[in-house]
Amino acid sequence: MTRHELTRFPLIKALLKNRWPQLAVYAALLAGFIFAIFAGFVGSPVGNHNFSIVFVWIAWWAMLILAAVPFFGRGWCAVCPIPLPGEWLQRGAILELAPTGKGVSLGRRWPNPLRNIWMQNISFTLVALFSSVILTMPLITAVVLSAMFFLAIGSSMVFERRAFCRYLCPVGGFIGLYSQIAPLELRVKTTRACASCKEKPCYHGSEAGYGCPWQVFPGGLQKNSYCGLCMECLRTCPVDNIAVNLRPFSSDLATPTKRLDEAFKAFIMVGAALIYAGVLLGPWGALKDAAYRIGSGVWFAYVGVFLSVLFVLMPSLYALAVKAGMLLAKTSSAVRPAFAAMSAALVPLGLMFWVAFSLGFVFTNATYILAALSDPLGWGWNLFGTANIPWQPLFTGLLAPLQTLVLIAGMLWSAGTAQKIASAAGVRPLPVIIYCLLATLVMLGLLL
Amino acid sequence: MKREILARILLLALCLVVVLIPLALRDRSLTLRARMPEDDGWSPQVIQAAAGQPLRLRLTSEDVTHGFAVGQMEMASVDVLPGVVSEVTLLFDEPGIYTFFCTRWCGLNHWRMRGTIEVSGGDAPALADAPLYVALGLDIDAPHPVPGVPSQIPSAARGGQLAEIVSLAEFSTPEYYRAHSPYQVYQDLVSTNLNAAERWDVVSYLWRSQTTAEGLAEGARLYAQNCAACHGETGGGDGVFADQLAASGQSSSQTMHGSMSARTPADFTDAQNMLGASPALLQGKLMRGGMGTGMPMWGVIFTEEQSWNIIAFLYSFQFQYQGVTR
Repeated sequence: MTRHELTRFPLIKALLKNRWPQLAVYAALLAGFIFAIFAGFVGSPVGNHNFSIVFVWIAWWAMLILAAVPFFGRGWCAVCPIPLPGEWLQRGAILELAPTGKGVSLGRRWPNPLRNIWMQNISFTLVALFSSVILTMPLITAVVLSAMFFLAIGSSMVFERRAFCRYLCPVGGFIGLYSQIAPLELRVKTTRACASCKEKPCYHGSEAGYGCPWQVFPGGLQKNSYCGLCMECLRTCPVDNIAVNLRPFSSDLATPTKRLDEAFKAFIMVGAALIYAGVLLGPWGALKDAAYRIGSGVWFAYVGVFLSVLFVLMPSLYALAVKAGMLLAKTSSAVRPAFAAMSAALVPLGLMFWVAFSLGFVFTNATYILAALSDPLGWGWNLFGTANIPWQPLFTGLLAPLQTLVLIAGMLWSAGTAQKIASAAGVRPLPVIIYCLLATLVMLGLLL
Repeated sequence: MKREILARILLLALCLVVVLIPLALRDRSLTLRARMPEDDGWSPQVIQAAAGQPLRLRLTSEDVTHGFAVGQMEMASVDVLPGVVSEVTLLFDEPGIYTFFCTRWCGLNHWRMRGTIEVSGGDAPALADAPLYVALGLDIDAPHPVPGVPSQIPSAARGGQLAEIVSLAEFSTPEYYRAHSPYQVYQDLVSTNLNAAERWDVVSYLWRSQTTAEGLAEGARLYAQNCAACHGETGGGDGVFADQLAASGQSSSQTMHGSMSARTPADFTDAQNMLGASPALLQGKLMRGGMGTGMPMWGVIFTEEQSWNIIAFLYSFQFQYQGVTR
């Protein structure tokens, strides 16, 4: 497949290697993140007039799902402010390389049984279950952001490198999943150079930079899922063997996963998109009420349905589809590896579900961004003269056709992916394609 | 090392700036926050002010749309919108305790969403007269049904034609009107030799002649804004909150600080009750409130004139006023 190395261009390479531009972005986003927490605690409790809700759950989410993830993969992780204070404490420095041992961390190894993304699957599911209040109440958003902030600091104090990002972050899990689609990757130019490199400074660090915070050895990188694009390896590689490439979309899906934790992430994301579409955008008051009345009997019923759909119904039906595909292919091997491998077909489908869903609420709520820009705390300010812009849904005539196109594209993309990976997985793709088609029809019905 | 120190200073400064600048710029004037009465209503609920000095208030809602007005004060209601800060400046000429209240139907207990402004300084106001129902010694909680009701809706226009042939001078004073129920006047008109329907028409005319088109319009506006949610737009006691009041029983009448017994809102289309109630009695109920029922106390909200206009409008649910333009 064709790849274009961006780091061939001296300016791009210099920008990526130099720590100052990265620090400038870090500083701006960290300040914004602290302001979001501050706004959640002291600003107006009315969500659509508070920076914490409007800029986190509308502006940031739109940026993440509609741009950052599809085009830059873990581009957001590269600049995310949440792990920074912990990492700086761990390193004992913000910008320069501190002498070894200056940092404050026990530097423990992350426990082996948890070296997977099950914790991220659980943390995302928890956030999703409480999303009705998290997405609407600034105070709860501030509590959640603070919890993530201190959890990241705490995990850096106890464990080595970015344990929070790699194993706990509720957002990082799905960004990793969908980063496989992005047309951007960091890879080594030649694995031979890595094989002959004795010190492996890209992993262990050197005077030029830190060892990979994401616990990844770049020489073994085959997909984007766990590369945080922090550019440390670009700085430390002694033989200039690291490249940032442009590549075709969804290149990583050609090598499907064998892991159930990653496979389930795909189901969680598809299932959550379907349920969100029903609860947040659908016309069913009782369903919305059940999601909002946390702690009540109906909410527990909602939780039961939510978990059943994500962890039982969708994976079971998919396993049946995979099994049917195996029968059609006359393959008699175990279902589990094929099930995990074929879950790759859900990656483009899930991402497009989230794009379609996000278009709906972003177009609906985008005018709040301008209002909150002028009055971010709901204190009656009008900094840029936009505080009194009335709420108005945007592109209402364009939304339904756009969502339909996105969903159809996702369906076709998934079908193509299923076809590509089916033979290696020992299945016929048709039942999986039918599964994707049915899921798409349900999503279309919910959104339109 | 210098670069590292510079980076640390810049970073720390930036993170402090985003918190400290908003705090420094924060408007310190009094902000009155509105929440639904079930969530504590106005905050603060008591505001201190001085007579003759402007009181600047910043108003904001933390849940739904509310409205702000001060009882017995000439001012337009100010919308209090969620997350939006509105400003209002009040000026009190006299010391006293003023009641501010919500003017939007924000919820079942909207009527209890009130607070007070304690205005000090200046000359003490003259003591108000006792309400008319007290002066008349009326028991406003006693039942007041009438033994018979009109066979057709009494017409003020027809009554006006009859008024030209009978002497109504003794029935036409405001004092007489306020102190007597329509049924009492109907009884007193026996001496006129008019038949029953004609006497009811005359009563209708007398009631209409005690108000004006403007007064009725003002009464209708105040009724729609403050009464119709429970008593219904057509006065039938079937407002949008009436079903909820009945359905939720005891809990429907939860106040901010306790509970009170629920009762179905009065039906102003019920002739048996309405024709037995004098304007003074209705004013007593209106201004004092239900004393344990769901009926709020409006005496601190409405002026005397506003209360009479509302009461005049209430009788329009019994009498036909069409054809009388004054």
